[in-house]
Amino acid sequence: MNEADIRTILQEELGNVAPEMDLQKLDSTADLREALDIDSMDFLNFVVAVHHRLGVDIPELDYPKLITLDRAVTYLKGKLEVSKS
Amino acid sequence: MVEFRMPSLGADMEAGTLVEWLVKPGDQVKRGDVVAVVETQKGAIEIEVFETGRIEQILVDLNSKVPVGTPLARIRTGLERKAGVAVGPVPPPPRVAETPARALRAAPPPSQPATTTPAIVRVPGAGGRARASPAARRLAEMHSVDLATITGSGPSGAIIRADVEYRLVAAPASVETKRPTGLNLDAMRAAIAAAMARSKREIPHYYLEHQVDVTSCEQWLTRTNASRPPDERLLMAALAAKSVALAARRFTLFNGFYNDGKYQAASAVHLGIAIAIRGGGLAAPALHDVDQMPLDELMGRMRDLVQRTRAGRIRSSEMSDSTITVSSLGERGVEAVHGVIYPPQVALVGFGKVVARPWLVDGAIGPRSVVTMTLAADHRVSDGHAGALFLAEIGKLLQEPEKL
Repeated sequence: MNEADIRTILQEELGNVAPEMDLQKLDSTADLREALDIDSMDFLNFVVAVHHRLGVDIPELDYPKLITLDRAVTYLKGKLEVSKS
Repeated sequence: MVEFRMPSLGADMEAGTLVEWLVKPGDQVKRGDVVAVVETQKGAIEIEVFETGRIEQILVDLNSKVPVGTPLARIRTGLERKAGVAVGPVPPPPRVAETPARALRAAPPPSQPATTTPAIVRVPGAGGRARASPAARRLAEMHSVDLATITGSGPSGAIIRADVEYRLVAAPASVETKRPTGLNLDAMRAAIAAAMARSKREIPHYYLEHQVDVTSCEQWLTRTNASRPPDERLLMAALAAKSVALAARRFTLFNGFYNDGKYQAASAVHLGIAIAIRGGGLAAPALHDVDQMPLDELMGRMRDLVQRTRAGRIRSSEMSDSTITVSSLGERGVEAVHGVIYPPQVALVGFGKVVARPWLVDGAIGPRSVVTMTLAADHRVSDGHAGALFLAEIGKLLQEPEKL
């Protein structure tokens, strides 16, 4: 799975959590909570969905690493590579 | 044999239009299954069945508008009751006359696998013309929009009012939102306005606030969540909800309804969860019997409820029977919320965001996590002293999160 695939999955799941927001216009360096107006419940739903889609463990302590779309892609790519090797 | 009837989804609802059947004769249903979608003035609602049994007969055709109380289907239950006794969903008494939640309508479930939406049995469409709700048809006619050119986002692809509205406003590029979610924010605003104006007109509110050290809650959550997969993790909001429900069971002056000059304490604790809607809106659907619900189940239900409510998929049983409401501002909020009571309820408990503060513990100052809880209560029913004991009890319960 490459970065583009991960990004697509993340965008899909953000779309499920915040269906009325235009993800095409989302700044990939913006704080997701601010940019999409999501709260901790939404964020947890997002983490649950990503966990199911990618099969990677995302400890609570790592939540800050998912705070922007770019950082989340980087973090999850690293996680997937570790789990492969 | 029991009859499944058109439920009342609020005091001002006289009739509803059946826009989709999710079951057909012969299907097994159990209590709580969503069996139909009904469109009301303010949007479509998923209707649940209150009986377990087999659908014997469908009595109302698609797109028929029928009064509240009209039998919609006959259900053969396991235990046959006396013939002629209708045990359909008893229309709830006209309690919350203007629940904002009614401004919601059904939207297609998200494609992700984590949802708990029950399996849906599709029935063939009416055939012929495009399937559309009456409200959608009216709006389309008014604006000379051809329904055949619209893709429906309703159940089974039916065209609903929001689809037509979306078509009408789809042009301007300045529109911030991308697609309709099933929420009619204008209708929701009107419903909030009506309920809150009634509240401030009729309810003599009094307010109390109480700061509570919730460090033990945070530590317990961190410890508990560390070994759990994401879908079993807990949030502070669940601890808050459970503590309010447990306290509300004991303090009966804050859990019930004030109607016609009289207070009636409720026998169960149905907790309204205030949920902010992106773009400006608010709904407070109910979770039932929260005082008796294990914390893990409560958390799962809150997650599901928040996601469904924000996507515009709320269920009939969640709409109008909260006995008390909780409003949590969450981590991006401010320190305190002084709420407005949802009539005919008599209390609302607010939680501000958790903040780090210097705090005195055993004679020494240290950093602690502190939350400001507030109570808005109805002075026709209770006084400040009772309210203070109620709020203090919630604070005490939060000192032992492992017991919640």
